This record gives sequence, structure tokens and C-alpha cells, in this order.
Amino acid sequence: MVKRIVVGAHYGLRDWLVQRITAVVMAAFALLMLFIVLFHRPEHYGAWKALMSQQWMRLASLLFLLALFWHAWIGVRDVFMDYIKPAGLRLLLLVGVVLLLVAYALWSVQILWSLY
Amino acid sequence: MKFRIYRYDPDKDAQPYMRDYDIALEPTDRMLLDALVRIKAEDDSLSLRRSCREGVCGSDAMNINGRNGLACITRLADLKEPVELRPLPGLPVIRDLIVDMSQFFKQYHSIKPYLRNDAAPPSPDKERLQSPAEREELDGLYECILCACCSTSCPSFWWNPDKFVGPAGLLAAYRFIADTRDQATSERLDDLEDPYRLFRCHSIMNCVDVCPKGLNPTRAIGKIKDLMVRRMT
Ligand code: SF4
Ligand code: SF4
Ligand code: FES
Repeated sequence: MVKRIVVGAHYGLRDWLVQRITAVVMAAFALLMLFIVLFHRPEHYGAWKALMSQQWMRLASLLFLLALFWHAWIGVRDVFMDYIKPAGLRLLLLVGVVLLLVAYALWSVQILWSLY
Repeated sequence: MKFRIYRYDPDKDAQPYMRDYDIALEPTDRMLLDALVRIKAEDDSLSLRRSCREGVCGSDAMNINGRNGLACITRLADLKEPVELRPLPGLPVIRDLIVDMSQFFKQYHSIKPYLRNDAAPPSPDKERLQSPAEREELDGLYECILCACCSTSCPSFWWNPDKFVGPAGLLAAYRFIADTRDQATSERLDDLEDPYRLFRCHSIMNCVDVCPKGLNPTRAIGKIKDLMVRRMT
């Protein structure tokens, strides 16, 4: 059988852009955490808990985690496109990754909002 | 001077192997290609491509001590012994240091490397003129000699040589996008907006590192992405 090479899916720019934007979001959150650890110095469990259960901190953490999952999705898909050649297996793995990341996102919400 | 050279003749050898050479150089032998010509005089079974012997034809690209380059402009004095020579990585070996470049040129042709302009020229006996500033846009792009040093050092090209255009092809693509005489910019961007053709590039910059002409395919690729973002937003 002749193996046909197909390209021309006409996407990629959005993902490339999102990869950069989510990286910036993650970097900003990392700086925020560094700032908190250096200047706010939450030293015991209670202090951490009080910090993490504030609404703005929950939202910031969620934003960070969603950026992380989205970033991970694009990165993992790139790795699979480079190294997993059979299209069926690649699709299966990609579906698995999507389901896992969506589950992580829902779980993150549950964890963040169960703190008080 | 000591050399270890990759040898493979598919008609005779079951496996590629490395062969050692120790040759006496003349004081006039300055570049790696000079030494290779001496070796070939002693052992004429060694196969390699070369033509211009001054870095303009792009035919003697090879992997020199683990790094792609042109033998004719690589100084012997800069090389650690034994000098290990292998064919360009990632392309099928035809014999010894000669690789089959079809895949590389196929990608180059896929970007339509010629001016596309349907408008009638100003008058039949006049060129399409450019201002000096417009012409300057092409500097760092038109000098490519298609030696393939860059594409064959790019991991993305190793994994997807049939789908990823590769640094040389993308540099050429931008050369025509940047040309004010070309009218097919949006078709060219459409053609490249693809997860494989353009976006396999992960900006590893191996291509920039090895280009013997000092060109920067990564920058050209960045400019293509830049135009796409500008077009989208
Ligand atoms: S960009 Fe440089 S390394 Fe790549 S083919 Fe052109 S001259 Fe060779
Ligand atoms: S910058 Fe892009 S094209 Fe150049 S070597 Fe890296 S992945 Fe390949
Ligand atoms: S022989 Fe022409 S580039 Fe080296």
C-alpha cells in the first residue's frame, strides 16, 4: 500500500500563542509565591491555610493550575506528535491525556474550595 | 593527521563501519577538504561530494566531530584528532559521506521558492524595482546555499522529515514572504499554518548554531509566526 503523507490541518498558531501566554501566567504566579514566602513568611499550617483560603488566592491558584494544565496539554501533544507514529495509538493517548487533565482541573477546584 | 571516517557501500558492506586513516599533510593543506582530497588520493574507494571548494556550492556538508559543517571552509587547525567524519545525520546514506538529499529538496520545493506575482510588470522591458530599504529585508535570507547542515541537525526534522519543512525550507519561505515583489504572502502563510509544516519547530536553535553561512533560520521562523499573529489579531 502507498503511504500518503498528509499535512495541512491549518491549526497550530493558537496553540503556540497559548503556550506562551500560559507560561507568562505561571511565571507570574511563581513570582507571587516567591514574594509571599519571602515577605509574608507563613510559617505554620494555620498561616498557610488562612492564606490559601482567601478568595483572591483561590482564584489566582485556579488560574495558575488551569494555565498549567493547558500548557501541559500542548506540550504533551507536541511530544506525542514527534515520537508516537501510529495515528490510532496517538489519538488514543491524546484522548487519555485530555480526560486526565480535565479530571485534574475539576479536582483542583474541589481542593481549593474545600479549604476554609 | 588522524581521521576516522564513516564507510558504507551498500553493495559490499553488511554494516556501516568507521575506518581509520593517518595521512601526511602538506603545509598548503589548510582546510578539511584538502585533507579529504589527500585521503581520496590514497584510497579512491572513499566517496564524497564537493565542487566549489570555497563554501558557495553547499555540496560537501558533513558531520565533523559531531557537528555539521562544510569541509572546504573548516580549518584543520581547529579540529581535534582523530577527526571523526560522518554523513549528515537523518538522511538516507547512499555511500560513505554521500546522503540522499531528496527529502530535503522536496521540503524546499514545497514552499514554492520563486516569486509569485500575477500583476503585469511596469512595462515589458522594465524590472520590478525595489527601494534599497526593501532590498535590505532580504539580507540574511537570500545567502542560503542549501547545504542542509541546518535541517539535518534539527531534531524536529529527524523525527518528521516528510512533514516538517525544516529550517532551510522555512528560511526560504520567509525570503519570499519578505520580498516586496511577491504577492502571495497570505497563501504562503496559509500553507505554513500547520502543526507539522511550521509548528514542529520548538526553537531549539541547532540550525543557527551550525549554519556555515552564519544565517539565522530561527529568527526567520519567528518572523513568520509574528506575521501570523498580526494577521490573526
Ligand atoms: S540556512 Fe545555512 S545551514 Fe541551512 S541550508 Fe542554508 S546555508 Fe545551509
Ligand atoms: S530552531 Fe526550529 S528549525 Fe531550528 S533546529 Fe530548532 S526546531 Fe529545528
Ligand atoms: S565544496 Fe562547495 S561548499 Fe564546500
